[in-house]
Amino acid sequence: MSTNQGLVILNDSPNVGQTGIRRVILCAGTGCMANGAMKVFERFRKEMDEAGLHVVLELRPEAGDRDVRLSKSGCQGFCQMGPLVSIVPDGILYTKVRAEDVPEIVERTLVSGEAVERLLYKDPATRRICRGLEDNPFYARQDRRVLRECGFLDPEDIREFMLHGGYSAAKKAFLEMSPENICKQISESGLRGRGGGGFPTGRKWEAARIQKAAKKYVICNGDEGDPGAFMNRSVMEGNPHSVIEGLMIAARAIGADQTFVYVRAEYPLAVERMNRAVADAEREGILGKNVFGTGLTLKCNVLEGAGAFVCGEETAMIASIEGRRGMPTPKPPFPAQSGLWGKPTIINNVETLAHVPRIINEGAEAFRSIGTPESPGTKTFALTGHVANTGLVEVPFGTKLRELVLEISGGVTDDNGKPMKNGFKAVQIGGPSGGCLTEEHLDLPLAYDSLRKVGAMVGSGGLVVLNQRTCMVSMARFFMEFTQRESCGKCVLCREGTKQLLALLDDVIEGRADAGTLDLLEKLGRAVQVGSLCGLGKTAPNPVLSTLRYFRKEYEEHIFEKRCRTGRCKALLKPEINAERCKGCGVCIKSCPTGAISGEKKKPHHIDPELCIKCGACATACKLQAVEGV
Amino acid sequence: MATAHLAVDRAEKFRTVCGILDRHGYRPSGLIPILQAIQREYQYLPEEVLTFVATSLDLPPARVFGVATFYAHFALEQKGKHVIRICDGTACHVKQSLPILSAIHAELGTSEKQKTSNDALFTVETVACLGACGLAPVLVVDEQVYGGMTPERAVALVNEIKTQENAGDAQAAAAAVNGELHVH
Repeated sequence: MSTNQGLVILNDSPNVGQTGIRRVILCAGTGCMANGAMKVFERFRKEMDEAGLHVVLELRPEAGDRDVRLSKSGCQGFCQMGPLVSIVPDGILYTKVRAEDVPEIVERTLVSGEAVERLLYKDPATRRICRGLEDNPFYARQDRRVLRECGFLDPEDIREFMLHGGYSAAKKAFLEMSPENICKQISESGLRGRGGGGFPTGRKWEAARIQKAAKKYVICNGDEGDPGAFMNRSVMEGNPHSVIEGLMIAARAIGADQTFVYVRAEYPLAVERMNRAVADAEREGILGKNVFGTGLTLKCNVLEGAGAFVCGEETAMIASIEGRRGMPTPKPPFPAQSGLWGKPTIINNVETLAHVPRIINEGAEAFRSIGTPESPGTKTFALTGHVANTGLVEVPFGTKLRELVLEISGGVTDDNGKPMKNGFKAVQIGGPSGGCLTEEHLDLPLAYDSLRKVGAMVGSGGLVVLNQRTCMVSMARFFMEFTQRESCGKCVLCREGTKQLLALLDDVIEGRADAGTLDLLEKLGRAVQVGSLCGLGKTAPNPVLSTLRYFRKEYEEHIFEKRCRTGRCKALLKPEINAERCKGCGVCIKSCPTGAISGEKKKPHHIDPELCIKCGACATACKLQAVEGV
Repeated sequence: MATAHLAVDRAEKFRTVCGILDRHGYRPSGLIPILQAIQREYQYLPEEVLTFVATSLDLPPARVFGVATFYAHFALEQKGKHVIRICDGTACHVKQSLPILSAIHAELGTSEKQKTSNDALFTVETVACLGACGLAPVLVVDEQVYGGMTPERAVALVNEIKTQENAGDAQAAAAAVNGELHVH
């Protein structure tokens, strides 16, 4: 098992500048905030004060005996169990903490030094109680690098980031390295774009570096539009300075003096934290007119997206920043040659940039030493859907799908979150551009090329686990509806093709499809892939094509047997009354909104299929469970 | 009298818009941030304001309308007092977010077509992903995120807001009555 770098910091933090000071760290990511983390924070402040502890909110060089530092951190990734509270150096992680729990934590942990057992995490698989991160299966199997400081550092405190070595890589890049050397080091590291395509970052930079232009731009792509992915949000919220540092190194590498961070508008907290981080960096003289005293200028603007999935595509994002409709343009020319306002521009994903400082500091070899030869380094995945532990997981490339989906996840659950034995059906990887993989792929190592071979892709790293109660045709329809809605309309095949694919899927789901439908779906899907300009259209049919490939039987059941094995496709339901169970009480007759049920009292009733709208009211009303097939 | 009021309103409206345009230096490339700032001010983009922005930036009105209709965040119609956004991202979807949407629609008398309730108190929207997948299914009322939703809890939440609003109205009415009494 890989060593967990994040734990080292959490366990002993001599380099914080406050040796030995005890810390209470509250997760203040979107998930924990929604669950009331701020109330918990305020309560801590009050209770600690009353217990005679000295609450320290700012970083200080000296610490007194009764000092306890109370701070917020970014997303710690274990969103489902939030609000999370870590106590350092005790190595305790409390989950689902409510304000009412705070007095007990203060009294028993902060004053007496013992753990409050009922607030510790209990592994649903083994029922074992986990005191901290090392024995928590969700964290212990991860290799957190990009996420390393998320969950520990206060994202709103630039000093703390700097005390942890923050901005040292940017400093090195500006003072000791030539742009050529930076590009070389990044190329040698083998870093590939974390946003989906997996294009070698070094090559992209080099292409922009060799352009002779007075003005160049770097854009950080934080327009994380894939439904089911939230790693960029977490990094921007949890460690915004690491993104800025990566951005600065990129700017130095290509010779740009203006950078942009394009953040999705649905992430107000990320926008706020990025803005604050930029302002703080300017105040510290890191960004601005005289970067590290070199006399070089570097500006950074945080821009808010306006809600268009296609803007995650490079050329569409450029159009959006220029104030136009976010529609892609053909490549070449590549943005590295002619991008924003016609100038050489590089666009990198948040996670890609967050890897850069470490590569500069630790070298290309160290980065290459983890992951696979073709896909070096770690990747963050958003593990969601029908699993016990949803959240962010960072693992080396090459990790088996099984380890993530069945082990770190804590197992597959039913719709109510209860563990479900043999419940695994599929995992949807890579969002609307990705594909659905099955049990047979669980031993596949996660990497760019291995996934592409089976018709899926790493994408931005969304992993949605689906249980046996999920209808795969409906799942394909869900993604198709999304891409159809988000198609910008420029390419005919994407605009009209996705609409027709959606209509064909509706035919399958509503029982109108025939033997020709599947062929048509496949043919049209391939046509849309070929006939679209940008990644959105090129990958839009993937969910349909991959489910057709691995779950063809389910499509056929819908078409030929007019049956959905999960019972989720309403139009295919055939409610019938079981004559043996029915006592003829008449409750269902009263409940039916369309008058489809008839029958004499005390004799079995009957549903008229012509009138029935399959609403299921009769099944809910019947106390004897005599209505079947709903 | 009413016309004079309207004229004052209008002057006020354009003064705010001019302030926003000033801050962005009348640059056409700043169109999206400008529209975002205007929407923050009015909760939507009134048509006459769009025309005014086009003229001020020396852009064809079609270009401004084109941008305003392209991006999902821009609303050309007034929204209700509270905006309820139900997340239908993948994680929320597989955890049954659509029954929550139906329950809210049924409770408020809204629908896919009519997004704002008749009393203009609520606008119901779906959103592709809020990035709070760990809490799925999620809904957001104004800026507050609610996780682990069920149709029942969602309806209860909506009714709670309704009750608060009615109480607020009653209070406001009571205050108005008291005010009158004081004047007398």
